[in-house]
Amino acid sequence: MIGLDAIGIAAATLPAAVALHHACDIRSPRRLRNAGFWGAFATTLGAGPWLPDLVNGCLVLAMVALATLGLKPAPVTTTDDATRATLARRWGARLFLPALALPLVTLGGTLALPQGRLAGIALVDPRQVTLAALAAGAAVALVLALLLTRPPRGTTVGEARRLVDGIGWPMVLPQMLAALGGIFALAGVGKVVAGGVLGLVAVDTPFVATLVYCLGMALFTIVMGNAFAAFPIMTLGIGVPILIHQLHGDPAAVAALGMLSGFCGTLLTPMAANFNIVPVAALELRDRFAVIRVQAPTALLLLVFNIAALTLLAFPGSPK
Amino acid sequence: MLVLSGIVIIVLGFALRIHPLLVVTAAAFASAAAAGHGPIAVIALIGKAFVDARFLAVAWLALPAIGLLERAGLREQARAVVQRLRRATAGRVLLGYFLLRQAAAALGLTALGGHVPMVRPIVAPMVEGAAERDAGAPLDDETRQRLRAHAAAVDNIALFFGEDVFIAIGSILLIRAILQQEGVTVVPLEVAMWAIPSALAALLIHGARLLRLDRTLPR
Repeated sequence: MIGLDAIGIAAATLPAAVALHHACDIRSPRRLRNAGFWGAFATTLGAGPWLPDLVNGCLVLAMVALATLGLKPAPVTTTDDATRATLARRWGARLFLPALALPLVTLGGTLALPQGRLAGIALVDPRQVTLAALAAGAAVALVLALLLTRPPRGTTVGEARRLVDGIGWPMVLPQMLAALGGIFALAGVGKVVAGGVLGLVAVDTPFVATLVYCLGMALFTIVMGNAFAAFPIMTLGIGVPILIHQLHGDPAAVAALGMLSGFCGTLLTPMAANFNIVPVAALELRDRFAVIRVQAPTALLLLVFNIAALTLLAFPGSPK
Repeated sequence: MLVLSGIVIIVLGFALRIHPLLVVTAAAFASAAAAGHGPIAVIALIGKAFVDARFLAVAWLALPAIGLLERAGLREQARAVVQRLRRATAGRVLLGYFLLRQAAAALGLTALGGHVPMVRPIVAPMVEGAAERDAGAPLDDETRQRLRAHAAAVDNIALFFGEDVFIAIGSILLIRAILQQEGVTVVPLEVAMWAIPSALAALLIHGARLLRLDRTLPR
C-alpha cells in the first residue's frame, strides 16, 4: 500500500537528481556544497524513516550550515528570451495543458479514490490520498510536458535544477518551521503565552472576550506560523470556557471566526514560510517581506471584521 | 518564562536579517534547552520532526514539468494571451484569479492554484503582461516586483478565505475534534456557514484594493 514512506521516496527523487546534476557540474566551484545540501535533503526525505533520529538531525544541521555559508549555485543554461518567444508561438495554448494536468489529476485522484481503494483493493493509505494524487499529478504533467516539447536529452534535470536553485534553501524552511513548532509545543510555549494573555485583562464581556480571543489567535499564529497550532491553545484556554460556556456564544461561530482570525495572522508572518517566504524566492523578489507587506492591509481589515462579526452576531440577547 | 527565549530569538533574528535557517535552529535549541533537553536530544528531536513533516516536500515535484514548460515559452504564452484581451488590466486579472481560486477552494478544490505551479508560470506573467500593454512600455523593476508580490498575495488570501467554506477541509475537522474534547458538539455545516461572511468580506476588501491598484500603474 502507498503510504507516507513511499510518498517521501517519490519526493526525494527531485533533490536527489538535482544533487547529482550539481555533482557532475565540474566547472562550478561550489558544486560539492550544493550537491551536499540537496543530497542531505534527499536522504532525509527518502531514507529518513529508517535512519536514527540523531542521524537525521545531523543531516538537517549540515543543511543549515551549508545554506548559511551560501549555496551560490552556478547558473544552468536554458533557452533565451527570443527562443522562448519563438517556441511560445509554435506551441501556443497547448503549453497550458501539462500545467493544468497537474491540478486536474490531483483533484481526479482525490475524488476517484476517497478511501484509497481501487476496485476493492487497498491501494493508498486513506490519510495520504491527496499527497499521492499530487505526486501522480506531477508525474503526469512531466510526461505531458516531455511529449509536447520534446526537449534534448538531459534537459529535464537541468530545468528542474534551474528552478530548485532559483528557490534555494527556502525549500527546506517549511519543514524546519514544522520541527520548531513541534519543539515549541513540547516546551509548553503555548501554555505560557495563553496564561500571560489571560492574566493581563478581565475577559467578562462579549466584546473584551472576543477581542482577546481573536487577537490571541492572530498573534499566536504569527509566532507559531500556523493557525492549527494556535487554535487548540486559544480555544481551550479562552474560547470554550469563557466565550462558549460563560458568555453563551454560538460554538460554531466562535470556532469558525477564531480560526479565520488565525488565518489573518498567517498572512502577516514570515514563520508561515510556505505561503509568505517561498513565493518571495519563487518569484525572484528582492524584499523578503514583499508578500507580507501586500497582504497586511487586507489581513488587518479582515481581523477587525472577524472581531466585529463575532461580537455582534454570536451572542444573542447579551449586553455588548 | 525561559521557554519563550525561542520566540525572542525568532523575532530578533528576522529583524536583524540573520539567515532564517540559522535563526530557526537557534530558537529550537534555546526553547528545548529551557525545557530541560540537552543538545544531543534536541538534534534528534529536530531530525525526527523534520522527517515527520516530509509530506510538505511533495509539492516541489511540480518543478521539473514547470521548468520544461517555461523553457518552451509558457510564461511568454501566458503574457501573449492576456495582451490580446484589451479590457484585462493587471488589477482585473488579479481579481479574476482571486475569484477562481476562492470559488475552487470553497468547493474543496484547494489543489487548483499555488505559487510554484500557477502563480510563477501563469498568473504573474499575465499580470505583468497586462500592465506592460497598458503602460505601452516595459515595466520598471519596482512595479514588476510589486505586481508579483500581489499575485502571490491573491493566491494566499483567496485560499485562506475560501477553504473554510468547504465542510470537509482540514481546519473544520480540527475545529470539530478540539471542541469535541470539551464536550461541545458542532455541525461542520454550521461552522462552514459562519465562514461565509468573512469570505465575502475578503473578496470585497481585497477586490477593492486590486481595482485601485490599476490606478497606481503607469499608462
